[in-house]
Amino acid sequence: MNSAFALSSTTFLYGLAMVCYIGAFAFKKKLLGTAGFYVLVLGLVLNTVGIGLRWMESYQMGFGRAPFSNMYESLIFFSWTMTALYLYVEIKYKEQGFGVFVSPLIFLAIAYASFDPSMSAKINPLIPALKSNWLIAHVVTCFLGYAGFALAFGLSLTYYVKPGQPDQNSIFSRLPDGEVIDELTYQMVVFGFLFLTIGIITGAVWANSAWGKYWSWDPKETWSLITWFVYAIFLHLRLMRGWHGRNLALVSITGFVAVLFTYFGVNFLLSGLHSYA
Amino acid sequence: MKNKDGISRQIWVFFCSVKLTVYILVLLAVTSIIGTVVLQNGSPQQYVNLYGQGIYNLIQVFDIDDMYHAWWFLLLLLVLCINITVCSVERLSLLWKTIFPGRVRFNVNRYLKSKSSQTIDKTSSVKQLLEPCEAWLAKQAGPVTRQTDGQTTYLYAEKGRWTRLGVFVVHASVLLLLAGALIGAVFGFKANVRIDEGTQTGRVFESKTREPMTLDFIIRCNEFDVSFYENGAPEEFRSNLTIIEDGKESLTTDIRVNHPLRYKGINIFQSSYGTAAPDTVTMQMVDNQSGAEIIRDIRIGETIDLPDGAGQFTLQGFLPHFEFQNHDLGETFFGLVTLTGETGFQIGMPIQFPTFDKMRKGRFAFVVTDFEKRYYTGLQVTKDPGVWYVYAGFILMILGCWVTFFMSHQSFLLTLAPRGAGQSRVILSGKSSRNSRSMTLKLKQMATRLENQLNKGE
Ligand code: HEM
Repeated sequence: MNSAFALSSTTFLYGLAMVCYIGAFAFKKKLLGTAGFYVLVLGLVLNTVGIGLRWMESYQMGFGRAPFSNMYESLIFFSWTMTALYLYVEIKYKEQGFGVFVSPLIFLAIAYASFDPSMSAKINPLIPALKSNWLIAHVVTCFLGYAGFALAFGLSLTYYVKPGQPDQNSIFSRLPDGEVIDELTYQMVVFGFLFLTIGIITGAVWANSAWGKYWSWDPKETWSLITWFVYAIFLHLRLMRGWHGRNLALVSITGFVAVLFTYFGVNFLLSGLHSYA
Repeated sequence: MKNKDGISRQIWVFFCSVKLTVYILVLLAVTSIIGTVVLQNGSPQQYVNLYGQGIYNLIQVFDIDDMYHAWWFLLLLLVLCINITVCSVERLSLLWKTIFPGRVRFNVNRYLKSKSSQTIDKTSSVKQLLEPCEAWLAKQAGPVTRQTDGQTTYLYAEKGRWTRLGVFVVHASVLLLLAGALIGAVFGFKANVRIDEGTQTGRVFESKTREPMTLDFIIRCNEFDVSFYENGAPEEFRSNLTIIEDGKESLTTDIRVNHPLRYKGINIFQSSYGTAAPDTVTMQMVDNQSGAEIIRDIRIGETIDLPDGAGQFTLQGFLPHFEFQNHDLGETFFGLVTLTGETGFQIGMPIQFPTFDKMRKGRFAFVVTDFEKRYYTGLQVTKDPGVWYVYAGFILMILGCWVTFFMSHQSFLLTLAPRGAGQSRVILSGKSSRNSRSMTLKLKQMATRLENQLNKGE
């Protein structure tokens, strides 16, 4: 097995898991949801294997580097962090209702990596600026943060599709109830916020060791700070101003838009130091 | 704070609100976008070309061309700092007694009313249960305070009171970060310098203003190396530098990207490289009239006579990049040709295009055929005495966030009440400074463990 095979199998499994979760939601079949869970677990295993193999293959090619250094690899890893976090939440809180919103995000990320023709899957050696142990710390923490925000986004969406009082037969009755969503969204934002904070900090320390400046208002840096502000606003509104429910969900959705812009928008629309995420 | 004086009280109240915090954070988030879409630190010409004169005037009024240092952006940050400070002082003075109480007190009713209380019925008397319960609670949460009320005994313990300080640590870290940034901006600098291999300098140029600055020591570049991967991408840039202080060599070391040299508070980073002007080059001059060909070595700046008294040639200099009709012709030498009785004109001799000067179709054609290739290393030289405050802020922010989000002040009350005939009822109640939902779960688990413990003892 090589990494390409493992990762395309992962793409297939994540797609299948998405179909299961959507089926479970649309047809109110608990069994399909359980199937989705196990497919997702299998997908995560192959995703992990794929990333590991890619790491090993870079050593076989003679330069050895962590597999986190271009858009393709970051998307693969983003799927990994989202899946890992989602599975953890499903196991811990025994809630699978919102898998219908999260599994498409997981699939979209890896499918974008696999199917977009402009995405290079080639393993290239690192340019000097990226050769640093901070690279791993920075990328891993940022993407754990993004995963927290992605899940919070999925949860927040439930407020906007779910009617206030769904009746017993409606497909919406299987979605977690408001209080649970609210609490879980908060937990996910907290998780994301902590890791985004560490991500920004490791990035700053790295920049200081590579260029002698911990902060240079590069567009990517600035957008990650904007994202950080949005979620700081979320936390203060919730903890200090007692915001809950739909209004707060809107803040979390805004935050995720900022995440997406930090991740993709900056690369395509603005220019700066970062070659990718 | 307590004074009734109208205006200062009002100012205090204004800065004491979380609403203000949220507004400021929204403003910071929204305005920060501007600097990512509008060109920063460009030249006036660039702005006029991009946006037109009218908008450029607006850009100048609001310092949008350097907006993260604009007065209004710094003002927002200042308001944020005052807001944090005022809020923290106010909250801390309210919370001080809670965080550092002289004596532990607890209000039994507030615990018993809580819906999350767990009840365990036992067939032993309160007296028998007292000791195992106290030991168990002490293990869960620390020193136990006992209180009796008639037949009922209350056991109280708590942990993590200090975690209420976490939020203040987070906010203090924001202040520390900004203080560090300010110190860096006032007492630090960022400069660039190019040093040819084999040469030395103590003068660097401030990055933005290009003003020269003199360092307390001299940097010599002994050697520069660049290595490439098979696919042609650069693998490593390396400069071998020697620091010379008071005429003595005090240090020789390699620097690479991500591995700078730190010397006496000054940081030296590898930032770029290029081809340096050589001392001497080998030139070929062809006289198209006679067909004569001269090959000779010539130094930069040297002037030589052309054959037959036809004129003079001066080798003026070298550029790593020569822009010609929108093409970069690469490394190029320049010379001045002065034919007798005429005014001089300048010619270019790109290394990659040896026939370039021939195409001028003059009497003489000049080519640089060989030169000793040397690099210059491009260094960034910085000093930032604020960086340690910033790093301390980073650490405090992570620790503070951790404490705020994942720890809490938890207190537990065990109520042991008789139920007649040597039986008794144990009620476990608890409170947490954060996240009551997870406290309910925790109480359930704890009650199960307590019951097992008590059963074992029987
Ligand atoms: C961007 C900078 C920040 C500003 C300007 C800010 C400002 C404030 C202010 C003014 C308050 C109310 C005053 C108080 O109760 O102490 C507050 C409360 C709070 N802030 Fe922040 N804050 C910032 C960052 C953060 C961060 C990063 C966190 C995340 C850990 C955070 C967590 C909290 C919490 C949990 C409270 C409630 C305090 C309590 O319950 O006692 N703040 N913030």
